[in-house]
Amino acid sequence: MMEYLQILGSEVYKILFLLVPILVSVAMIVWLDRRVWGLVQKRKGPNVVGPFGLLQTLADALKYIFKEIIIPASANKAVFILAPIVTMTLALVAWAVIPMSEELVLSDINVGILYLFAVSSLGVYGIIMGGWASNSKYPFLGAIRSAAQMVSYEVSIGIIIINVLLCVGSLNLKDIVLAQKELWYVIPLFPMFVIFFISALAETNRPPFDLPEAEAELVAGYQTEYSGMMYAMFWLGEYANILLMCAMGSILFLGGWLPIIDIYPINMIPAPIWMILKILFLFLLFALIKAIVPRYRYDQLMRLGWKIFLPFSLIYLVLTASFLFYFDKLPKGNF
Amino acid sequence: MLAHSVFFYFFSVIAIFSSLMVITSRSTVNSVFFLILDFISVGCLFIMVGAEFLGMIILIVYVGAVAVLFLFVVMMLNVAEQKQSWFIGKKSTHIPIGLIVSVLILLELLVVVGGWKYKDDLMSSSTLNISNISNTHQLGLVMYTDYILYFQLAGIILLLSMIGAILLTFRQRKGVKKQSYFNQISRNPSSSIELRNVESNKGVKIDD
Repeated sequence: MMEYLQILGSEVYKILFLLVPILVSVAMIVWLDRRVWGLVQKRKGPNVVGPFGLLQTLADALKYIFKEIIIPASANKAVFILAPIVTMTLALVAWAVIPMSEELVLSDINVGILYLFAVSSLGVYGIIMGGWASNSKYPFLGAIRSAAQMVSYEVSIGIIIINVLLCVGSLNLKDIVLAQKELWYVIPLFPMFVIFFISALAETNRPPFDLPEAEAELVAGYQTEYSGMMYAMFWLGEYANILLMCAMGSILFLGGWLPIIDIYPINMIPAPIWMILKILFLFLLFALIKAIVPRYRYDQLMRLGWKIFLPFSLIYLVLTASFLFYFDKLPKGNF
Repeated sequence: MLAHSVFFYFFSVIAIFSSLMVITSRSTVNSVFFLILDFISVGCLFIMVGAEFLGMIILIVYVGAVAVLFLFVVMMLNVAEQKQSWFIGKKSTHIPIGLIVSVLILLELLVVVGGWKYKDDLMSSSTLNISNISNTHQLGLVMYTDYILYFQLAGIILLLSMIGAILLTFRQRKGVKKQSYFNQISRNPSSSIELRNVESNKGVKIDD
């Protein structure tokens, strides 16, 4: 019995060591997002609380904690409360498999990429549950929109992942990174990288695909009825998901923790820092796109997902497979 | 092994409880939520057995896609109203068909479970080389070699049902204005703007 408790203790310690930095970096990322957004629009952005406004998110969180949580009288209480919890939990749970370096990973499972894909596809439930349980029309419309949107873009993300997996020959995230030692997949699979990035925008409900919370039409979409800490949890979950998508992009295409070139002064930089730099680079792209692109119309969004991305990534899949087969480059497993 | 059995009982109790709740809960949306919980716990059971690929696929396909659409449909339909009409005694064509299908499934289950015997030497009798090959590799090794025909047949059945579903819901509406993105993008000022001198009291004809 004691040794089980010991194992439990050490695991909890490891999990905390992973989660606390993620939560802190989510707070920093929110600040960075608003800052970039402000700079693009020639504003200053949050710059008052703390040095450069770095503590702005903490101040916001404090404000949310002290606000009253209002549950609408006609809402389905259990589901209404569960929805932000689901969003937040799923966004954090996925980080368990993200490798920050060759050793620094919480659980190194064989089907890591499938796990990531599964958890990110479960993310839609938080939104649907929130929208339905609010029992009000704007949240419901927002929830329906986002369900359709996320299911559609998952399909193309899945096919893009298959593209990468064809070149790797393993579902393990470590193997995916190590297979990119000679060449990052962003070079041979550049079109797939672009499509992955755009689909990730749609999957995380970021502009220009933020239709579920289009403020001009739907007030705030599925978040309309939420207040206080529950709203903040949705918010945190959303940003944790964005970071997760950036991490996924950097693992699949940008070579994870690998340095840009493997020569002396550059490869001395520790691996987690490379990983963080790549995630930050992708996040900066996310933030810039939020500032410069107008919102898509709903039919355009669906058309883009089903009629352009899906066929294109399928064709690219066939091309990749034929190329690998013709030049005998298919990965040979060790069995 | 203690932790293993604790987790096994945890997930299986949740699976059984939630599958009971699926058929007993009053609100249909709640029963879909319980169905999702059931799928998740069954997926976890698969992972515990060591079939990690199957477990993940259950999570991705059933929970991530199928149950979302279920939820979608159940939320949009007014199921309470339909139930009411059933109790009042309105004729409905869905119920007999549903009963027939469920009786068939029950019979099939009886046939399968009735003839089921626990095979404790399954692992040793299988021809597969179960060494340190990962689950996914093993599936791939048999699925695309020994069972390629069944795999393709399943794919064709899925394709057929997809085409059928599209045909059932497809209706061509007349008199709907459609936008052609290509035309919209390829417009330029010289083809769409015209400058005219308008004579007073006469006006000008637009759009002829």
